[in-house]
Amino acid sequence: MALSPSSRFADSGSSSRGAARILSGLLEARTGQILSENRAWRMETALKPVLRSHGLADIDALAARLIARKEAALEEDVVNALLNNESSFFRDLQIFDMIHRQILPQIHAQRDDRTLRIWSAGCSTGQEAYSIAIQLCNDMARWRGWRIEILATDISTAAIDQAKSGIFTQMDVQRGLAVGDLIKWFEPAGDDWCASPVLRQMIDFRTDNLFDHRAPMGEYDLLLCRNVLLYFTLERRQAVFRMLAQHSHARSVLLLGAGETVIGHSEDFVPHPDFRGGYGRRTGTPAQAEAAFRRAV
Amino acid sequence: MKNCLVVDDSKVIRKVARHILESLDLTVSEAVDGRDALTQCEASAPDVVLLDWNMPVMSGMEFLQALSSAKLTARPKIIFCTTENGVGHIKAAVEAGADEYVMKPFDRETLESKLSIVGVI
Repeated sequence: MALSPSSRFADSGSSSRGAARILSGLLEARTGQILSENRAWRMETALKPVLRSHGLADIDALAARLIARKEAALEEDVVNALLNNESSFFRDLQIFDMIHRQILPQIHAQRDDRTLRIWSAGCSTGQEAYSIAIQLCNDMARWRGWRIEILATDISTAAIDQAKSGIFTQMDVQRGLAVGDLIKWFEPAGDDWCASPVLRQMIDFRTDNLFDHRAPMGEYDLLLCRNVLLYFTLERRQAVFRMLAQHSHARSVLLLGAGETVIGHSEDFVPHPDFRGGYGRRTGTPAQAEAAFRRAV
Repeated sequence: MKNCLVVDDSKVIRKVARHILESLDLTVSEAVDGRDALTQCEASAPDVVLLDWNMPVMSGMEFLQALSSAKLTARPKIIFCTTENGVGHIKAAVEAGADEYVMKPFDRETLESKLSIVGVI
């Protein structure tokens, strides 16, 4: 991986601007994410564990070592540390209420082959995917006999490892998770809480880069790519939407984060007529949409 | 504005909770134990009660039991907020009628999340 300074990095507080540019350049090259000014201040803090574990004095020493040697493991640690892995269960309750009350029932009514495919793209430590799995499990009578596939992907190997473990801190489980769901679907694990095997087995967690996409091919009924695109340039966002379009069918629903939109970024998606804040594929006439959907299923 | 009654024998906890709750646009009243809380609920039912477990005079669980037979204009939502973090305690609280459960220590995001779940904000 060639390391080049990021021209966007104007200032990083007390840290060396040169080193900060090199490290932000690494992040952008590996993930497409831009370390914006409002995230730059935390670079040194975020990298402290990496500096400690590799015996480096400061980010200048880190940048020098990255340039001097090709160390994949060190690059991986830096990227994992700089990625924003903030996530919570049922983040934006209204969205999950809409998924539960409107989107999933509509998919249930439409899919004659009794197959439900959901993709959480940029899933971080997995809370979004677990939240949907909890919703489905709480409504198991509806979904009995269905083939349910939940794919959850993220570029961070550390985040995916944590997601797969199903282990969450006390603080994690208190953010968004109702107490009824906590005692029903989680077990104490020391000071932490562990998701039940039922939930963990429902979700296929994979490391995957949205720009070098290797997750299983196919089309998904519900795609969630929330609070991911805000870190990308316009060109990168357009590329992500093209890729998401390839994995959706005429009746798929795409959900983005608050403040994210397809408008001005995608020819493939338009605001969904039924789901406020959701997006659907741009299609022709209703008959054409129906035909495309039938082909897809 | 909706009102939250903070019930805790710790002045520090009440102060921290008040600071967070007021920042979430709730009005806040305080009680130092379950008996004090029950009196206040009967006088003017709050929308939500943030309830400690271990308190002198009347504990959180005793308050919850007494509340079920109290004459109230409306039953407030009950959020336990306690250091009793064992799953047995959590289940007991839910069975006794608690709507939500916060394990101390807590922060603004946690309280905001729980208040949203019970429909207060």
